[in-house]
Amino acid sequence: MSVRSASALPEAAAAPERAGGRRALAARRRRLMVNGLRLLVLVVWIGSWELTTRIGLVDKFFFGMPSGIVQRLWTWITEGTALGPLWEQVLVTMEETVLGFLVGSVLGIILGIALGRNRLLADVLSPYIKAANSIPRVVLGALFAISLGLDLKSKVATASILVFFVVFFNAFQGVREVDRNLVANARILGADGRRLTTEVIIPSALSWIAASLHISFGLALVGAVVGELFGATEGVGELIYNAKNNFDANGVFAGMALLAVVALVAESLITALESRLIKWRPNPVTDVAI
Amino acid sequence: MAPAIQLRRVTKRFLTPKGGVYTAIRDLSLQVAPGEFCALVGPTGSGKSTTLALISGLEPPSEGEVEVFGKPVTGVGHNIGYVFQADAVFPWKSVLDNVAAGPRYRGASKREARERAQDWISRVGLAGFEDRYPHQLSGGMRKRVALAQTLINSPEVLLMDEPFSALDVQTRTLMENELLQLWAASSASVVFVTHDLEEAIALADRVYVLTAGPATVKGNYVVDLPRPRNVAEIRFQPRFDEIYQEIWSDLRDEVLVSYERQKRIGAA
Repeated sequence: MSVRSASALPEAAAAPERAGGRRALAARRRRLMVNGLRLLVLVVWIGSWELTTRIGLVDKFFFGMPSGIVQRLWTWITEGTALGPLWEQVLVTMEETVLGFLVGSVLGIILGIALGRNRLLADVLSPYIKAANSIPRVVLGALFAISLGLDLKSKVATASILVFFVVFFNAFQGVREVDRNLVANARILGADGRRLTTEVIIPSALSWIAASLHISFGLALVGAVVGELFGATEGVGELIYNAKNNFDANGVFAGMALLAVVALVAESLITALESRLIKWRPNPVTDVAI
Repeated sequence: MAPAIQLRRVTKRFLTPKGGVYTAIRDLSLQVAPGEFCALVGPTGSGKSTTLALISGLEPPSEGEVEVFGKPVTGVGHNIGYVFQADAVFPWKSVLDNVAAGPRYRGASKREARERAQDWISRVGLAGFEDRYPHQLSGGMRKRVALAQTLINSPEVLLMDEPFSALDVQTRTLMENELLQLWAASSASVVFVTHDLEEAIALADRVYVLTAGPATVKGNYVVDLPRPRNVAEIRFQPRFDEIYQEIWSDLRDEVLVSYERQKRIGAA
């Protein structure tokens, strides 16, 4: 249409096109400005850190320095770490995180839905669940390090217990919040108890569960790293722990940077999963704008 | 022949969250003949929706008997269709799968259910929208989905709870005409709840007027307007006016009672 009107009515068509072009230009300019300012913040932050440690205003022994962190990462990448090649450490931590995430969220979803559907079970267990939720569960990592040993199992257990409670409470609440009209409609249409669960309860609880998966993947990473701090032979947490023991602030920061990259990659994977799971929703969460 | 729906001196009480007892319906008796289109009108909060819940089997009566085709109602019957006031189509299912849900729940194969759903989607004028999700449709289109979803099960008893109250006037008239056509092609007995007396007269063979809650039947009126009807035009017939005046004189008192009561609650 724009092609036809552009040739037939050049005057009339050009005006709105120009206006649209101006708007697009303004939007592009704004994007450029935002990105420029972001870069500026980074440069000022890293630059002042580097500068103040270099001139001795801040003690680089305690606070590290950006060039030192980059150097440490580079050595880890090229020469490997004290524990072995770097990719192996990252892989180990990832494995613990993903396994803990899967175990915790599957258990959380199953138990959340079961308790949401069964009033008696919910009433009987609710004080225990509340009590278990109120203790700082990270300390269980110490217990798991004793009982399950220093390998994969204790980290997966720590990660999954952190994930479990978040997913459990969301699944439970999601089941409780199901629209009663939808349940009545499904029953009238002929759904039995099993169909009601699979066709109405679970899909409608899914948006609650999906929201909790974002938070809980981060928690799985926390669980895995804390588990490694309590005692491990490999992993990014163990790298950080070693660096700490050697008073190597740069090493601690380098470990943190690695974890940040892992978390960001995982976040984008979870977002993709979420928009697949609830593609029917009007406004899927595609970007968390702050 | 047994009436399609029979309520004998039915009372329904609910426990309120504060522990009190709320009587929604008291001593209500009504009957609907097979194939009859029956409308329930009454002031807001007069237990109209509760009456439908009792007939459908979603709620048991506290006292009295509810029978559908001569059999006492115990649980949700397989021959019941229910169009809800609020949107009750499944937001996570496409139009096609929403309409196919009934046959699927009743044991049809996926292919068969989808074929039948396709047919009903065209009948309610939604061909081409099979893959859309409910949030992508207008309110009127969602009502069409709900109608197709209900009618695909060929219910012998069709319950409708103010189904068109959320629609604009034009869409509403359109939907009312389509409902009459779809109903004429079936042999279903209909109970249509509304607070709009014009809508009740335009659609129904018989209008029950309920009292302000607790609901009981104040009167029932035969609407002897010829069929097939055009909802948009039937309002201009002299006979329509006569029936309207007759019923309104009954309904007005109940509306006033309910209005005074609400004012008192509001003032307290």
